[in-house]
This record gives sequence, C-alpha cells and structure tokens, in this order.
Amino acid sequence: MGKRVAVTGVGMTRQRSARPDVTGQELINEAVRMALADAGMTRKDIDAVVIGNMDHFEGVNYVDTWSVDGSGALMKPIMKLTTGGTTGSTIAMAAYYHVASGLFDRVLAIGWEKNSESDTTGAIITAFDPFWDRPIFAGAVAGLALEATAYMHATGATEEDAAYVAVRERKHALNNPYAHLHLNMTIEDVMNSPYLSWPVKMGDMCPRTDGACALVFASEDVADDFPIKPAWVLGVADRHLWAYTSDPYLDFKTGEAWFPAMQKSARDVYDRVGITDPLEQFDVAELYLPYSFAGLRYMESLGFCGKGEAPALTRAGTFDMGGKCPVNPSGGVMSSNAIGATAIIRVAEAAWQIQGRAEDRQVPDVKLALATGFGGCFWSDILVLGKEKPEKARG
Amino acid sequence: MAEEKKDLITLESGEMAQPFNWTAGVYGSKFLTELRDNKKFVGVKCPKCGKVYVPPRRVCGPCFEELTELVPVSDEGELITFTVVSFGFVDPATGAQKAVPYGYAAIMLDGSDTVLLHYVNETDPAKIKIGARVKAVFEEQRTGSLLDIKHFELI
Repeated sequence: MGKRVAVTGVGMTRQRSARPDVTGQELINEAVRMALADAGMTRKDIDAVVIGNMDHFEGVNYVDTWSVDGSGALMKPIMKLTTGGTTGSTIAMAAYYHVASGLFDRVLAIGWEKNSESDTTGAIITAFDPFWDRPIFAGAVAGLALEATAYMHATGATEEDAAYVAVRERKHALNNPYAHLHLNMTIEDVMNSPYLSWPVKMGDMCPRTDGACALVFASEDVADDFPIKPAWVLGVADRHLWAYTSDPYLDFKTGEAWFPAMQKSARDVYDRVGITDPLEQFDVAELYLPYSFAGLRYMESLGFCGKGEAPALTRAGTFDMGGKCPVNPSGGVMSSNAIGATAIIRVAEAAWQIQGRAEDRQVPDVKLALATGFGGCFWSDILVLGKEKPEKARG
Repeated sequence: MAEEKKDLITLESGEMAQPFNWTAGVYGSKFLTELRDNKKFVGVKCPKCGKVYVPPRRVCGPCFEELTELVPVSDEGELITFTVVSFGFVDPATGAQKAVPYGYAAIMLDGSDTVLLHYVNETDPAKIKIGARVKAVFEEQRTGSLLDIKHFELI
C-alpha cells in the first residue's frame, strides 16, 4: 500500500493575456519560488520534479531541460509530461504517484504555458493525426461546438442555459486576483456576443493565457512539518477512451448525453474514497470547464445530477458562491486558460479551499473538494482532496 | 523591473518550414486510394464485435483484436452533430486563413460504426438537423487525401 500524500505548498502567477516581460523559465521560476516559500522549503529540499506544458503552444520542446535553472530541478530527478488540456492534472497525479510510491517525500509539480506565443487553434490542430484529423479539424472551439449541439439535442438544454454558466464563472473571477479575465457579464452580454462556431459564442469560451502554477506534494511522513496545513489527496484517476477527434461524438449516437471517460474516472475515485452523492458530499469543485456547455454536461457526468438536470440546478444557483456546491470560485477555465497550467490550477485552488486560504473566494468550512482536468479527445482526470488525513492511501 | 512594452524584444518565427513525411499504413493507404481512384469508401470490420471502422484501423480498442476484413461502406450517411464555424483561424497545413463560415459535421456513413468529421454544404444552422441524411461530394482533382471529399451535401 502506498504512502498518503498531501499538498503542502502552492505557488501561482497572476494569469495574464501575455507576459512579454518573462521567458518561460522566468515564468516557471515565479510560481516555483512562491510554492517553495509557501512550503517553507529551499531548492535543496526538493526530492524530485514533475513538469509539463503543451510544446505546440511555444514551438519549443524539452522544458525539463531548458527550465532547469528556474524550476529548481538542477541535478534532481525530473520527469516531463504533456497530455493536452489534462497536462496540469496529469502532472499533479504523477507527483502524487511519485510520493505515494514511497520513493520521494517532497515532489514539486509544475504546469505552465505561454499561450501568447502562438496561434492557439493552429497549435491544437497540429497535436492531432495528419491524415484523419488535421485536414478538417478546427481546434477546440469547433470541436466543443459539436459537443454543445449534440448535448442540446439530447437533453433539450438551450444556449441561454449555457450562458448562466458563463456568467457564473466570470462573476466568480471578480473575487480572484489571479484570474486573467475580470468580466462582469450578464446573460444578455453572453447571448449577444458573436458566434465563434454555432452554438458557441465568444462569451461561452475560455481565453488564452500566460501563466504558471507549482505545487509541493509531501508524504505522510513529513506532511505535518510544513508551515501550512496539508490538503490531503484522497484519490486520483484518469481515463482515455477515444483516439481520433471524431470519436467522442459517438457518445451521442444513441441519444445519450453522458461523457463516458469522465463518468468512469469519477466513479473509480468516488468508489475508492466513499463518495455516493457528489452534490451532498463535495463542499466545492474546481472543474476544467473550457466553455459554458461543459458546465452543464460535465456536472451530469460527474454525478452531481441526472441527464438533462444541470440547466435547472445551474439557474437555481446551486453551483454559485453561496449555493449548495460552489463550482469554480476561482472563475475557472473560462476566466484563465494557460493550458499546461490550467488543470494544476484546479488542484491548487482546491488545496487553497481545503486549507481555508482562498481569501475573497473562500467557501466556508471546506472538507472535501473535487478537481478535474479535461483535454484531447475528451480525456478526463479526477482528483479528490480532503481536509482530514485518510485512514490509508486509496490510490 | 518595470519595463515598457516597447523595450521588450520578441522574435517572429517567420517563413520557417519544417516538412514531415507521415505514414498512413496499409489500411489508411487503401482507404485514401479508394477515395482517389474510385470515389468509394472502405472500412474494416472487427471479427469479434462486428464493429466497422471508417477510416480502417488495425486494432479494435475494446476487443484488442487485429482487424483484417476490409468492407465497402456507403457514400451516404447520417449527421450525428454539427456546427457552423465562423471564427477566423490560420490553417496550419497551408499557413492561410481558413475561409469561413463553413458547415462542419460528424457523419456516420451507412455500414460504418464510427464517425467522420467533414464539411457540410450549409452555413445556416437552422437548416441543418441532427439525423439529417447526407451524401459525399468528391473533388474533380483527387490526391489521396481526406480532402478528396469536397464536402457532404444535405439530401
């Protein structure tokens, strides 16, 4: 059985549209310095580093090598990971696995991106198959629009239902100084924004962002030695189902609206951690919702409600600050999306919530938090964090 | 250090070229050859679950079986979902702006159990319906590419 693992240090840059004042290495260093200071550590205390981004967005590979002065990884074990939108959550999970293995006590996890350095859509297209995907694929916006159309058809949800998600995320971001967008939008603003790819409008989509985030993962043997209270990782899982960009739409063929990879990875963790009613049991959720319709379909596949029930719950404020289970107090991905950092920021925000350190966006008395990553051909990563040390490691 | 933006240097990659030579494999090549030479679709059938993959693949993921039985597939099918792309972006294959708007759909050909993403010749979302019947329209000049299909037309 593995070691129990906690997040014991958090560092995050302010998320901004462009950071021409720093190189990638310097941006990484900002987050790492903050995480180490938060954890009361120096570079010497790091046992291993996991780092990653999506190379396509900068057109420069091997971040594990060229960032080594700034990442703190000089002459230490380091592993680089790239898994698309899930990159940040994959990094967090890999750092968790490193520590849970018992081989390392203090592992630094770093996710970053400078999306300002390329055309995001072009970079996303070139991540996929040159024969079967690239000739027709139009990147994330159009790929998600296909999902939105099918979801509305399967459930009767509307564009206005989705706009409620977009408004909520942007309102929440007003409480978060780290967020890239601070937009006080109304439903009308979203509905009147131009279509990017029908039925997805400008107001429904995430921005592209420059930013970095670093977390310290510590083993149960040392977790109580840090200046801040540990946020325990209770369980993690990921599932990859589809190979080509066309495959995920098969999920809708039978008139269903479920997202099987997300459903399966969530259930896997829930079963191990003892979650039977996510809406009742989670105090907060930081979810990778890249656009508004995700805030409907993914809530259902994460088990917060049944098929087609997310729009009514969303309109009732269930997932607002002050609601039954606030979703994305940070403002989420629709307010900041430095892609390689995005999913690890979900884990960072969940840790801050558990530790009571989320300042103006703090949800009262958080004991259990959900964090997710989303990417590629509808891949899904799930992490559950808790305030109480678990009885044993549950994987 | 608080630098003025004008003092910060950036570098454009410019007209750089980094060509690749990708491999379609035997089945992928067969599919593209049939498109190019005969304006026909070919898929591959799993001997275990019977699922037909278009374009053909070598392995059925769930069964983990090697697929060997190539089967003909119709050039007509059903529209599973769609969008109308209206945001401008640079096509990384050509370096040129993609001409927008265009209809873009997931299509399941008759006789296939997977979907193809392709263009559909309609840009008014009110005129496109999930479940609509579509038929492939081919380019006059074909090169052995998925773009040998000009688009799918609503029928």
